[in-house]
Amino acid sequence: MAAVSGLVRRPLREVSGLLKRRFHWTAPAALQVTVRDAINQGMDEELERDEKVFLLGEEVAQYDGAYKVSRGLWKKYGDKRIIDTPISEMGFAGIAVGAAMAGLRPICEFMTFNFSMQAIDQVINSAAKTYYMSGGLQPVPIVFRGPNGASAGVAAQHSQCFAAWYGHCPGLKVVSPWNSEDAKGLIKSAIRDNNPVVVLENELMYGVPFEFPPEAQSKDFLIPIGKAKIERQGKKTKIYKHPSILVKFNLEVTVINMRTIRPMDMETIEASVMKTNHLVTVEGGWPQFGVGAEICARIMEGPAFNFLDAPAVRVTGADVPMPYAKILEDNSIPQVKDIIFAIKKTLNI
Amino acid sequence: MSQCCAGPASITRVHCPDGATCIGAPEGDAEPRPGLPAVVTGRRRHLQHSVKNMLAAFISRVLRRVAQKSARRVLVASRKSSNDATFEIKKCDLYLLEEGPPVTTVLTRAEGLKYYRMMLTVRRMELKADQLYKQKFIRGFCHLCDGQEACCVGLEAGINPSDHVITSYRAHGVCYTRGLSVRSILAELTGRRGGCAKGKGGSMHMYTKNFYGGNGIVGAQGPLGAGIALACKYKGNDEICLTLYGDGAANQGQIAEAFNMAALWKLPCVFICENNLYGMGTSTERAAASPDYYKRGNFIPGLKVDGMDVLCVREATKFAANYCRSGKGPILMELQTYRYHGHSMSDPGVSYRTREEIQEVRSKRDPIIILQDRMVNSKLATVEELKEIGAEVRKEIDDAAQFATTDPEPHLEELGHHIYSSDSSFEVRGANPWIKFKSVS
Repeated sequence: MAAVSGLVRRPLREVSGLLKRRFHWTAPAALQVTVRDAINQGMDEELERDEKVFLLGEEVAQYDGAYKVSRGLWKKYGDKRIIDTPISEMGFAGIAVGAAMAGLRPICEFMTFNFSMQAIDQVINSAAKTYYMSGGLQPVPIVFRGPNGASAGVAAQHSQCFAAWYGHCPGLKVVSPWNSEDAKGLIKSAIRDNNPVVVLENELMYGVPFEFPPEAQSKDFLIPIGKAKIERQGKKTKIYKHPSILVKFNLEVTVINMRTIRPMDMETIEASVMKTNHLVTVEGGWPQFGVGAEICARIMEGPAFNFLDAPAVRVTGADVPMPYAKILEDNSIPQVKDIIFAIKKTLNI
Repeated sequence: MSQCCAGPASITRVHCPDGATCIGAPEGDAEPRPGLPAVVTGRRRHLQHSVKNMLAAFISRVLRRVAQKSARRVLVASRKSSNDATFEIKKCDLYLLEEGPPVTTVLTRAEGLKYYRMMLTVRRMELKADQLYKQKFIRGFCHLCDGQEACCVGLEAGINPSDHVITSYRAHGVCYTRGLSVRSILAELTGRRGGCAKGKGGSMHMYTKNFYGGNGIVGAQGPLGAGIALACKYKGNDEICLTLYGDGAANQGQIAEAFNMAALWKLPCVFICENNLYGMGTSTERAAASPDYYKRGNFIPGLKVDGMDVLCVREATKFAANYCRSGKGPILMELQTYRYHGHSMSDPGVSYRTREEIQEVRSKRDPIIILQDRMVNSKLATVEELKEIGAEVRKEIDDAAQFATTDPEPHLEELGHHIYSSDSSFEVRGANPWIKFKSVS
């Protein structure tokens, strides 16, 4: 029916489509973009679009970024807009917040979020709380970005996940991109947002290529902050917070990519739980007071609780400072087998 | 006729036989003429000064004979006030600078009246806050700046309204000089709807155009101020940022980080250390290996300024602002000042310093009295005029306090507002899952 009506309405297009199909015309190869390049593209486009946007951080300019995320930007935009800072996190984070208060739109890079702990007072007390404390007079349009969580073999002081810490604070927005599409859409939304946004990237994902859909190639491609994405639809719910692990399932599992930690999209999660009746959360951070703990608490307090056929379960990093030796490190972060085990336990299979 | 004692610019009062009270005059005065009432004046610019004086004196003597009671008023009224006067101000100690601010300055009558009114308003506002706190209308922290009025007023006098200022939690004075009304400040202290932050911020979190608070975390305003200066340089608008911090905050690491980056990038930032000798209860000698705060910028030039003299502060600020605007980078000013109150309202302020010390400053170095005496002495204003200003200020403060104690508290519904800027409304959780507040930007 639809095909017929299509022919009637758009005869020429359908015919040419048929002709194309008859001649085995292949669609162009899908564009593959790494997460690193997606973030780079997102920042480049926003720098071009608005001259108030600028990037500062350690090694972001002449070094092309400690992880090469800002490659090429200094060459293109120069010293004024891509600023190398001394190793002074508290100082340059505060400078970035002050610049935002005075009307600019800074992107403040932390080489890793572990170092943001030195500057965390500026992020929370000077950035996050100011709009509220001022009774709506003083917005702070700033982005704090950088790699978060575990890497490979960098040990305890360089492997902490800060999702729970930043997600705890009202006044902040916290996003956690997974693939290239997420990375580009979220960094652009974060830069255009008039609020302090923490963008928790992942170092291990920087080099991973993903298919870039056509809409993501647009200069105005934005992913809304506060909306989760259902990566795959299935019968059981699972939520990825840090999907740096590629998983293949035989089970029919709904995979939700949260994309945003704060404000959390509970509607999508609840709707899914109400369909699937089971919940497993996955994150890289420590279990106590983590993102998964918050999700479980909210599920209990909300309408989805009555739909659970089993208690919700969390899969998290091990409750230890990250060890160095490979066998120990491997077992300190959620592995595929750990997730599958948890799902099967929840499903009682 | 007796002569009044002419002395240096400190305050000495002498009672003249004719009943008028003469104030010890600044240096370089004209010799009192014999046969004239012995009021010694400062340097003038009026050409007919001596003729006018003689005429005024003659008239006043005549009128005095006619009505003894109104003598003083007539004496004053018959004396025409001058439009401006030149004063000597204390030379600033310099660090890494060849030249400093000037050692003399001209104060016009209009300026003098303005500074007087502003300083008196800040003083009375702080004292009213003290009273309101003791009456429990103000809660939590309340850090008062009475004694430091010459700092906030002098700084404002040295910059443009389009320049930027950020300071610490001892902010009420700067809030006023940056343009917030006494009403909105007191109502914010009492946590009412009419407060400048709608009751959401309190004492340490007041904001207005080109004024970034009010910061509760000691030293955090250092990097913030450098960032505001970065924005000024980035935009190329010739504006500067005054970044104030105290002698206590001077020992914060982030202040040193701010110095480094400001100097490296030549940010138009005037760092200003308000040294009131005590960081809470710790004196400068017990906190700083080097209490020469104006030198603590290391590679940043510095000035040591008499923070009790509004004219000295003004001239130093103009000098510093000029330095920054010319693209030379940051500069540091140490304002030597004093707070009469303790660190906050919960500190009587006498366990780590003596009452005698406080009294000494009050009697010898009070910034309002210094200006007042200068103005009266040099005929920029009369005692009566200043008293009238005092009465007006008292009324303004009383009206503001009345408002601040009667304006209603914010609507409970506003608890969730202003979490995010420019966002659509959403729900904010209250104390339990059933309590929800709407959040509007």
